[in-house]
Amino acid sequence: MKTIELICINCPLGCPLTVNLEEDGTMSVSGNTCPRGETYARKEITNPTRIVTSTVAVTGAVVPRVAVKTREDIPKGQIFPCVQALKDVTVQAPVHIGDVILPNAAGTGVDIIATQNADIMR
Amino acid sequence: MKQIDIVIIGGGPAGLAAAISARDSGVKSILILERDKELGGILNQCIHNGFGLHTFKEELTGPEYAQRFEDQLHARKIDYMLSTMVMEISPDKVVTAMNRTEGLFQIRAKAIVLAMGCRERPRGALNIPGSRPAGIYSAGTAQRLVNMEGFLPGREVVILGSGDIGLIMARRMTLEGARVKVVAELQPYSGGLKRNIVQCLDDYGIPLKLSHTVVDIHGRERLEGVTLAQVDEHLKPIPGTEEFYSCDTLLLSVGLIPENELSASMGVRMNPITSGPLVNESLETNIEGVFACGNVLHVHDLVDFVSEEAKAAGKHAAQYVQGDRQPPGHAVELAAANGVRYTVPSRLDVDRMENLVTVRFRVGQVFQDCYISVYFDNQRVQHLKKRALAPGEMEEVTLKKEILSQYPDLHTITFKVEKG
Repeated sequence: MKTIELICINCPLGCPLTVNLEEDGTMSVSGNTCPRGETYARKEITNPTRIVTSTVAVTGAVVPRVAVKTREDIPKGQIFPCVQALKDVTVQAPVHIGDVILPNAAGTGVDIIATQNADIMR
Repeated sequence: MKQIDIVIIGGGPAGLAAAISARDSGVKSILILERDKELGGILNQCIHNGFGLHTFKEELTGPEYAQRFEDQLHARKIDYMLSTMVMEISPDKVVTAMNRTEGLFQIRAKAIVLAMGCRERPRGALNIPGSRPAGIYSAGTAQRLVNMEGFLPGREVVILGSGDIGLIMARRMTLEGARVKVVAELQPYSGGLKRNIVQCLDDYGIPLKLSHTVVDIHGRERLEGVTLAQVDEHLKPIPGTEEFYSCDTLLLSVGLIPENELSASMGVRMNPITSGPLVNESLETNIEGVFACGNVLHVHDLVDFVSEEAKAAGKHAAQYVQGDRQPPGHAVELAAANGVRYTVPSRLDVDRMENLVTVRFRVGQVFQDCYISVYFDNQRVQHLKKRALAPGEMEEVTLKKEILSQYPDLHTITFKVEKG
């Protein structure tokens, strides 16, 4: 049996999690104060994922940049390809929260969506 | 002179939540004065996720969280003025402000909610030796440059201080192609949330050097490097531990200071520990009808708790304006001792308090396996087991009116950290 200590990153409580990993691959999680903690621990051990946030250039808006995020969490290894794919993206105002900025970012199957409104410059 | 029932100073998360709550409590005449050109305050540059789990039960980014509150504000048609700087508030609640369209103007308010937030501790407050080259920024300035203006302030970065903004910027600058070499923290513990150490430093292999500080800054026109040294238990650099790091950028994430010049000049009494106003159970300062909430009151880790606190302040301001309050009654002092640094509020009125009052506080050092104890004078009435307590994480205890009412002679409630 192997014991792994983790800090849950789901919310700012940051619960200290203990994962007991059996020889046959079964896991038990303790230390979590909500069900999200157990889900996080299982994922973190098998396939760690993260939500990625960044910005893209916007034209015709009051602001030069607009904030974006991956709609869902993506595998950790895809973070840099994802951010790289946003480098050359420029969007046209208006932009609304939830608009798809880049579909299927870096082949992850996850869209990048706007998290900020950008109104047209009058 | 223009008359307004509730004037709210600041349109960030605290001001927005206070305004919405005051309107929902029945006050029609409300005005938010905001000095920036948009509402939302610091949330506009906090593009990372992790906001709103408490308030909305989902994980939002800063701008999304702000937009939820702005939408509520617009739905209620609450008035606000942007690009408007409040210059002075008199003790009798006359607000002097200015902007480019109205010039200098005054408003007489029945109640005021202070929601000005906080600002970053600057380099000048740290006494770091060395020259003054370009390339030294507060972490929040760098965050604004990267996230809102679209500039990368540098390529090789050292971060001093492990506050949350510094940790968030370590990740952000790494993603934008900069190389973050190290985060140095003077204290033997991090000032930020554990989750940010994991997802901002550990994920990217950025080392965190605890008990280290910057002892020299190199470069004349542009920063060329910094010297780090280890510090002893008195936080003094240990000779012989100096290490040079070449870098073109130094970010400072060394603490936040509530922005209380307006409050102090109107005669609001301050707590020297929080640098924020002393308030009662209604989040009311020593001046009747002047309330405070959010980071101007005490620096929070979590915007969700700012919103919660501001909601209470807005409601109490509304009750004050409507004359809907109990007369003052049984007053109780709240005291911090044995590792607890302060409490907000610092006094409460048992007759005026709501059924539940949340008391928020921070501890002064890291504690493992201990208890938070609440004493009613000399009697221990609450004893809460904690696996860990750290200065970087705000704690809270809820007091119940029905329990306090059973202690008619109660004078002081003391909050302590205890080992057993």
